[in-house]
Amino acid sequence: MTELLDIYLLEAVLNGLLLGGLFALLSLGLNLIFGVIDVVWICYAELMMCGMYAVYYLYVQFHWPLALAMLAAIGIVALLGFLLHQFVIRPVLAAEPINQLLVTGGVLFFLQAAATLAFGIDFRNLGLALPALRVGDMSFSAARLIAFGVALLGVLGLFLFLNRTYVGTAIRAISQDRAVMPLMGVSGPRIFAITSALGGALAGLGACLLVLQYDVHPAIGLSFGPIVFLICVLGGLGNLLGGFAAAFVFAQFISIGGYFFAIEWGYVIAFAFFIAAMFWRPRGLFSR
Amino acid sequence: MLSLERVSARYGAFQALFDVSLQVNAGESVAVIGPNGAGKTTLLRVISKLVEPHDGELRFESEDLNPVPAHEVLARGIAHVPENRRLFPRLTVEENLRMGGFPRFCRPRFAERLEVAYALFPRLKERRRQPAGTLSGGEQQMCAIARALMSDPKLLLLDEPSAGLSPVMVQAIFELVRRICAEGYTVLIVEQNIRQVLKVASRAYLLDAGRIKAKGPSQELLQSEEIRRTYLGL
Repeated sequence: MTELLDIYLLEAVLNGLLLGGLFALLSLGLNLIFGVIDVVWICYAELMMCGMYAVYYLYVQFHWPLALAMLAAIGIVALLGFLLHQFVIRPVLAAEPINQLLVTGGVLFFLQAAATLAFGIDFRNLGLALPALRVGDMSFSAARLIAFGVALLGVLGLFLFLNRTYVGTAIRAISQDRAVMPLMGVSGPRIFAITSALGGALAGLGACLLVLQYDVHPAIGLSFGPIVFLICVLGGLGNLLGGFAAAFVFAQFISIGGYFFAIEWGYVIAFAFFIAAMFWRPRGLFSR
Repeated sequence: MLSLERVSARYGAFQALFDVSLQVNAGESVAVIGPNGAGKTTLLRVISKLVEPHDGELRFESEDLNPVPAHEVLARGIAHVPENRRLFPRLTVEENLRMGGFPRFCRPRFAERLEVAYALFPRLKERRRQPAGTLSGGEQQMCAIARALMSDPKLLLLDEPSAGLSPVMVQAIFELVRRICAEGYTVLIVEQNIRQVLKVASRAYLLDAGRIKAKGPSQELLQSEEIRRTYLGL
């Protein structure tokens, strides 16, 4: 009996690891935007919702190949990120943080309402039946394994981009000193626009991974938005490595908590841990 | 090469520069001296277009700089080492230098310019993988100058390179500035350390309360009775 328990605990830990990889990718774009532009996209998960609908419509309704539909979705959400910056963030860039929060909050409800009008409230899915991988008595869904692998590649790709390219270096530089950038021959607004499109593309990639595992509906953003935001805060807003680690911590709370109790309790424990962590390390688990 | 004709600049209601006229010829090293708050930093910020001139004419190599946006000034050949160095503290030394060579035309020559910079500042080569924020004040100043040289500028603007450094480091920095001038770079340098900078520059302007009060060869200004009394305290 104890042996059986252990293998299910191991399964929960491993599933938590897979979930952590997905969370790490989901939080990446939001964290990047905050770290560089110093603005929180409260509507980040709603951008992912748009991406999920894009994959759904292109694949199911227009019969595009799945890979092409996903690439297009990433492009569409990148464009949304760019437009969000140009038309909503730029005018309030110098405003109070609370105003910036409120305008992106407004976009959240706008996108939700627009999606309800355009797509209705039905739950939709791609109708894919991805197999589960069985290892002994443990089982892992292929969608989660794929999501984990792609998420790690996405994280790695972003780090290489930020560290190895001129534009990536400029993105890190502008987060440290905005005002001196013109002396480097860099147009700050242009770097912000590129960063926003990149944040959007990451939200789009997250959408592709989510739509493999979850039904899409206009309020899906509310299931992931708070988690993604809390992970970023837990890791220290704007700290990409901290957010990466926090994603795994948070996912283990959900997964192991769900193993000992019920899956809903996993979320309760994870959020309770978050609140406690905010008392104990208000600037993030990994702040120096 | 660079010419300012009756340039004025203001921050809101506060006027920082009044009718400033100034010339820098190719190959020259020119100093702008004057007390704290005279408008020296503003003058350099106007030349790099970080501050829009309120009035007057700004020309570089016979091109009108007035309509050029700040981020395109570097591509015209003007590099600016700003007040307080303004390095990116969490980027490595080499990444800071990479930012100095950001414009597209600089990128093919990055490796070559990096060698030039490291030859001039061997200390930076030793520390190239270190975050710039961990450097000493003098090393940071070297890094800021090296960063500005990455684009192989026609004109180098230096804002108070000796500020906040130890006396030994001040000597070292002025020695480096002398070498940079000797290598043929055209330099416009702003300093409060009047005695030292006049030994490096061939000509100088005295700026006080936003107005040019005197100009001439450095030796002449050094011997001027008024400057010795008012600004050098002799």
